[in-house]
Amino acid sequence: MSATTEHRHPGDPGAGTVTARTADGAATLATRPTVSDTVSQTLALAWRALKKMQRNFEQMFDVTIQPILFTAMFAGIFGGAISGSVEEYLPLIITGLIGQTVLTACVATGVQIREDMDKGVFDRFKSLPIARIAPLAGPMLADMLRYLIASLLTFATGIALGYRPGGGVLGVLGAIALAVLTGWSMAWIFAWFGTVGRSAQGVQGISLMILFPLTFLSNAFVQPATMPGWLEAFAKVNPVSLVITAIRDLANDGAVTANVAWALLGCAVVVAVFAPLAVRSYGRRM
Amino acid sequence: MEHSTPSAELAVSAHGLVKTFGDVRAVDGIDLEVRRGQVFGVLGPNGAGKTTMLQMLATLLPMSDGRAEIFGVDVRTHPHVIRQLIGVTGQYASVDENLTARENLWLFGRLLGISSRQARATAEELLGRFGLEDAGDRKIAQFSGGMRRRLDLAASLISRPPLIFLDEPTTGLDPRTRGQMWDTIRDLVAGGCTVLLTTQYLDEADQLADRIAVIDRGRKVAEGTSDELKSQVGASTLQLRLLDPGQSERARDVVRRVTGEEPVLTPESGGINVALPDANRAADVLIGLREHDLLITSATVQKPTLDEVFMTLTGHATDELETEAAR
Repeated sequence: MSATTEHRHPGDPGAGTVTARTADGAATLATRPTVSDTVSQTLALAWRALKKMQRNFEQMFDVTIQPILFTAMFAGIFGGAISGSVEEYLPLIITGLIGQTVLTACVATGVQIREDMDKGVFDRFKSLPIARIAPLAGPMLADMLRYLIASLLTFATGIALGYRPGGGVLGVLGAIALAVLTGWSMAWIFAWFGTVGRSAQGVQGISLMILFPLTFLSNAFVQPATMPGWLEAFAKVNPVSLVITAIRDLANDGAVTANVAWALLGCAVVVAVFAPLAVRSYGRRM
Repeated sequence: MEHSTPSAELAVSAHGLVKTFGDVRAVDGIDLEVRRGQVFGVLGPNGAGKTTMLQMLATLLPMSDGRAEIFGVDVRTHPHVIRQLIGVTGQYASVDENLTARENLWLFGRLLGISSRQARATAEELLGRFGLEDAGDRKIAQFSGGMRRRLDLAASLISRPPLIFLDEPTTGLDPRTRGQMWDTIRDLVAGGCTVLLTTQYLDEADQLADRIAVIDRGRKVAEGTSDELKSQVGASTLQLRLLDPGQSERARDVVRRVTGEEPVLTPESGGINVALPDANRAADVLIGLREHDLLITSATVQKPTLDEVFMTLTGHATDELETEAAR
């Protein structure tokens, strides 16, 4: 009555093959997607996400027009008051804004995953024999392009305003790489919100509620030393400050400091915690 | 075992399927056996639990209770294997609005592990087969309902799955498109596929299905071939029209006495319907009416429709339950 199961890897009860009695005789089928299947499915779904971006360009405003506008605005408005002049403020604000912009873009990743999940095509993804992580990992991979565009444009706008990063080309490239990686890691948090939230608006609301205090109560726009004691204490332990400090070390000093290592470790922890959570709650909806 | 079909020949074998949503038992203990190569129709009104049952079999919803096997593979423990054996076409087209028809088929091919070149060739072949080759580069947003449904079915066939689930394949389609869809489904079966389809259209089940299960409020109320189900209602119905509607009551008494069945007065005046166990009893009824000087304008003997079958099996009409579900 039951199907024959041959376990290829005795240590892994899920892996192996099962024989199905179809009309053509017996078909031997895998009980799980392999790692290489998972990679190619993720790439195919990243391709879909890129096509979608290309055809809905208004979804890119938060990583194109917004960074340019914010950089020019923040530098112009606060430069004189905070650092005495716009030029003096640029090394602080540009790097801070990269952190802020990339995090905002992560929120959009979560919201869009939520929106996507309500569409019919996700029903088909569910019924296909593909890795359960692929429909999440695909768009997350494609969104790294958004973080890259946001970081590049923020730097470019800064340079146009007179910012001369002390870390040189390599330092700036390192800072951009760190920003993109941070964006990808943090996006797992918002992807998880996306999979548990009831509607796209709800996900956006709760994400922004968390994001605003985190970015403003950090060292992104001012030195924490200027804040009241309790706020300064928070701003110093805020993980956003940690990442922004690491970006500053790379872009302004060209130095791979302990802060960079801590930021990378932080990213790894976030992914280790939130990726399984997101995949699990996504799987439950499927 | 009490089943007549050896389990090796079954495409689907489900026992005691249950799905509860809170206090609601959407599917309440359904047994189902579908033989390989069969078109099996699950017939029932909106809200009867057809789609929920299908989604459990297709690994899209976890079962609350019961067990199911597809080609001998357990649905609960081996969902990934089941997904390699089935194609699912839902009530609403599940294709990507942002992509063209060609891109959709290519993407699903890639996801199924087909090489890029092969996926492109398969997409071409399917577009041709479903009459969509001219619309291949158009965005899905510009597709008509029938075109979407065809593309959706095409997407379910990329991997040539031996079992296809069709969830209300023609709901919302105009009659012409509906006929085209029926032809496509018949072609699938000719190619050796097993099809499990749900429908709320009685004529669709009649037209396509070798075997029909009637589902009502989460339970299976009857199963058999279309003819078997119809014979449960009586072999045929005699439909009479009286010349003088004023004599309806008197005529009803005569018909009742002759047939021993309870005649039904139809809404149009002067109409009387009565079920006949044997079509030849119609002559007795006509003679009886003649003896009482009751004149008729027409008399027809008809095989029962599935609407009447549903009415007899469940005690309520299909549209009655639909209004209930909509409430």
